[in-house]
Amino acid sequence: MIAWTIYLTFAGAVLVLLLPRSFARWIAVLTTIGGLALGATVFVSTPIADLTQFTTITRVPWVPALGMNYHLALDGVSLTMVLVTGISAVSTVLFSWDVEHRQNEFFFWLLLVVAGCYGVFLSADLFLLFVFYELVIVPKYFLIAIFGSTNKEYGAMKLTLYSFFGGMFVFVGVLVAYVSGGSLDLNQLSQFEFSPQLQSWAFPVLFLGFAVLAGLWPLHTWAPTGHAAAPTAGSMLLAGIVMKLGSYGALRVAMNLFPQGFQMWSKWIAVFAVIGIVYAAAVALRQRDLKFVIGYSSVSHMGFVLLGFATANALGVSGAVLQMFSHGVIAALLFAVAGRMIYRRTHTRQLDALSGMNLSRAMPFAAFTFVVAAAASMGIPGFSGFAAEITILIGAWKTYPVAVWIVGAGIVLVAAFTLRALKLSFFGEKDSEGEITDGTTSNREEFNPITIPEKIGACMLMLTTLAIGVYPKLLLDRIMPAVETMRFLK
Amino acid sequence: MSYLELLKLASPEAVVVLTALVVLSIGLLARRAVSACAFVACLGLIISIGAILLLPSNKTLFGGMLVISPLTSLFKIICLALAFFTILLTQAEKSARHPGEYLALILLATVGLMLLVGSEELLMIFIGLELLGLSLYVMAAFDKTDVRSAEAGLKYFLFGSISSAFTLFGISLIYGMTGTTGLAQIGAKLATTTVQPLLAIGIIMTLVGFAFKIAAAPFHLWAPDAYQGAPVPSAAFIASGSKVASFVVLGKIVLIGFAPLHGGAGWHAMQAGWSPMLAALAALSIVIGNLVALAQSNVRRLLAYSAVAHAGYTLIGFVAGDREGFSAALFYTTVYAITLVGAFGVVGVVRRETGGDDFPNFFGLASRSPLLAGCMAVFMLSLAGIPPLAGFFGKFYLFSAALHADANHALLWLVALGLVGSFVSLYYYLLVLKAIFVDAPSLALARPIDRMPSDFLQQATVTILAAAVVYLGVLPNVLASRILAAIP
Repeated sequence: MIAWTIYLTFAGAVLVLLLPRSFARWIAVLTTIGGLALGATVFVSTPIADLTQFTTITRVPWVPALGMNYHLALDGVSLTMVLVTGISAVSTVLFSWDVEHRQNEFFFWLLLVVAGCYGVFLSADLFLLFVFYELVIVPKYFLIAIFGSTNKEYGAMKLTLYSFFGGMFVFVGVLVAYVSGGSLDLNQLSQFEFSPQLQSWAFPVLFLGFAVLAGLWPLHTWAPTGHAAAPTAGSMLLAGIVMKLGSYGALRVAMNLFPQGFQMWSKWIAVFAVIGIVYAAAVALRQRDLKFVIGYSSVSHMGFVLLGFATANALGVSGAVLQMFSHGVIAALLFAVAGRMIYRRTHTRQLDALSGMNLSRAMPFAAFTFVVAAAASMGIPGFSGFAAEITILIGAWKTYPVAVWIVGAGIVLVAAFTLRALKLSFFGEKDSEGEITDGTTSNREEFNPITIPEKIGACMLMLTTLAIGVYPKLLLDRIMPAVETMRFLK
Repeated sequence: MSYLELLKLASPEAVVVLTALVVLSIGLLARRAVSACAFVACLGLIISIGAILLLPSNKTLFGGMLVISPLTSLFKIICLALAFFTILLTQAEKSARHPGEYLALILLATVGLMLLVGSEELLMIFIGLELLGLSLYVMAAFDKTDVRSAEAGLKYFLFGSISSAFTLFGISLIYGMTGTTGLAQIGAKLATTTVQPLLAIGIIMTLVGFAFKIAAAPFHLWAPDAYQGAPVPSAAFIASGSKVASFVVLGKIVLIGFAPLHGGAGWHAMQAGWSPMLAALAALSIVIGNLVALAQSNVRRLLAYSAVAHAGYTLIGFVAGDREGFSAALFYTTVYAITLVGAFGVVGVVRRETGGDDFPNFFGLASRSPLLAGCMAVFMLSLAGIPPLAGFFGKFYLFSAALHADANHALLWLVALGLVGSFVSLYYYLLVLKAIFVDAPSLALARPIDRMPSDFLQQATVTILAAAVVYLGVLPNVLASRILAAIP
């Protein structure tokens, strides 16, 4: 049944393109809600025991001569990712409710990204996974280049080329695994013993390819630029789920197929992840554009995911998967506030300018949402970010105690830049007189009220992060057994 | 062998020749009968396809001069289909002067393609090459009002005739050393003799001649001017039909005729033979084609340089040198040809409506004609190798075949180069799409392309080709398994 998330979303994308524009946003919202509902139903109805193995759902021969199958499968990890895709997708559409310019096209590209993400998370065939993975790249370009804001053409091209650059490495890795292992079936390949010599170079190639999309330092620079240039929906999708494609691929493909290669390189992954966490947090502290702050915070948070992987124990990796879920929700929330609630109304994202507007009074709901999002992002207990990061750090403590100390310092930086952004954007104390010259947006009464779709979307995301923060077992019970069956842990 | 039987076996070619004559006479009698000529020409091509389907499945005449096998039949059909779509493209040209002659030339070139594809004998191959070449030279220079067209024709002719001389020279040396012109016999002979310098020269000369035909660097210099200057349908045909047939023949020559001299193109493991030479051509084409394409501001010129790069990718399949590699190369070149005919179809409309084919002429095409813009996106992304389009599967097939061919992934260097090349190529294909989707239309051009009857035809053609590209990408098995099964 969960395979229908893919078909439904593709069908929705085609319908959006063909039907008149007044239907577009309704089709989009119905499609994404349908996807979420399918995911949630499967989440509720599938017993946890069935989620330990990567169990086949559909398997149809595709190109028999090359051993390609249309093969979908499900385990706890992919179900978690499908769920976060559904949640981000629904909220993204809700926050794009007032897109008027080339509306059909907008929702077409958006649904294409979502469908591709579902596809990646459910693929059990290496070729199929790669098809969906690359399918996501081009729609991102159009979403940003047509509908974006600051420096959009540059940001779009940079992001696309970085993604494709990573894709190139993935391509090599996929080919090598296919030719040496003689199969494209992920379950078969994960049983195959690749020679250690092959693994020692094939693993970093494949991992690096995926990690570009996951924002691994120093290949992360596309992320802040891309996020800042993207329209709100684009940033939400990018940070929410597209970055997870990279980390998911690294886990499902690179680490699972080449466990010995992973053993050889896991130390380096940890080093780069820790540098990424601290460096991105430090850079975020100096940003003036609110979206850049959030963009760098995404890089920092994705560093935790990679650190979790590098621990190579069940706890750390499960924490990483939980962090993928949690960050998907939190990043979407942050970008929603910055891009839709603030930027649409004030037409600026510069913290200096915002600090004069006294936004906490003008938009109390936005301020509330941003406070919640910031708290979740900082890792305040009770929100999902805390649950995920503490799991990762406990896992990391077993393997890399030094890393935990450094990251601990990094967390302080995260708190610092988040509080700084929060203070400057909503609770600024500067006098508004001298700062704003045009005088049109400085008057707080002129801001449009927060709309109903925005409120629904924000509440949905806030409740999700709260629910997982209070009861992380809900997901961890499904993630842990699935991670434990993966080969690289031995 | 009675003549009647020969006529039966050669009936597809005969039908096309007859059609060419009929079209020519219609053109002479009624100077304005553009659509009648096109209709007859298309009908002839369809009848010819029908005749191919009626042929026996395996037959070899005159020591390989005319070979009928599943492979030749399949590619004759593909060439005929490409000619069919090219003829549909001619209907969009505004100033169709001498339509009869033009269509007759396309049909004669098609006969050349069929002879090339359907022969395993060097002399016949050369005759096919010449018939194809001479028709294409005239087609390239057909627009007498455009100085660029004259330049295209002249350049194409000069380069083409010199390369024909090379080929003929090479063929004569090979004949001199082996005493035969049949590919199978040459292969048998080469397996037993040692390679002498003269024979090596013969092989190199032959390959150089073909490298010109497929526009592999450094023999690609004619391509940019021919693609840019020639009338759009001529350029489309040069880029599609001529490419496909040349690749089929080149594959046959190296894999049947020169099979014993394969050599090896592995990194640090080069062995003398034709495969390191083709590998060098491939590598050079990928690098030069992609890098020079980056700097182009004219879409047709960009397509020409990207064609050089694509010739490089396709050659990787031959370098692999086995059945799978051959099949992958043929799949790739077929898909490429379909894509380019479609892309030239879009360029043709834009050129007619805006008077040019530079990037600014494409600005805002998405709002002027969403259908054409969408189709162009399909073509460009397929060329860049983005799934789920046919070009992506083609690349995957090619590269996996190349890695399969040798133990220890000896051809990984070539595959890696190909991947870097396609990474670079995404940038310039995106530039085309950026002009279409992102840049605002300049005011003078901001009117919708009107829907005239011939325009409907054009749009339908382009849409069908785009659908084919998507279809072959989603279900590549339809074509891939046929090609693989057809290769013995």
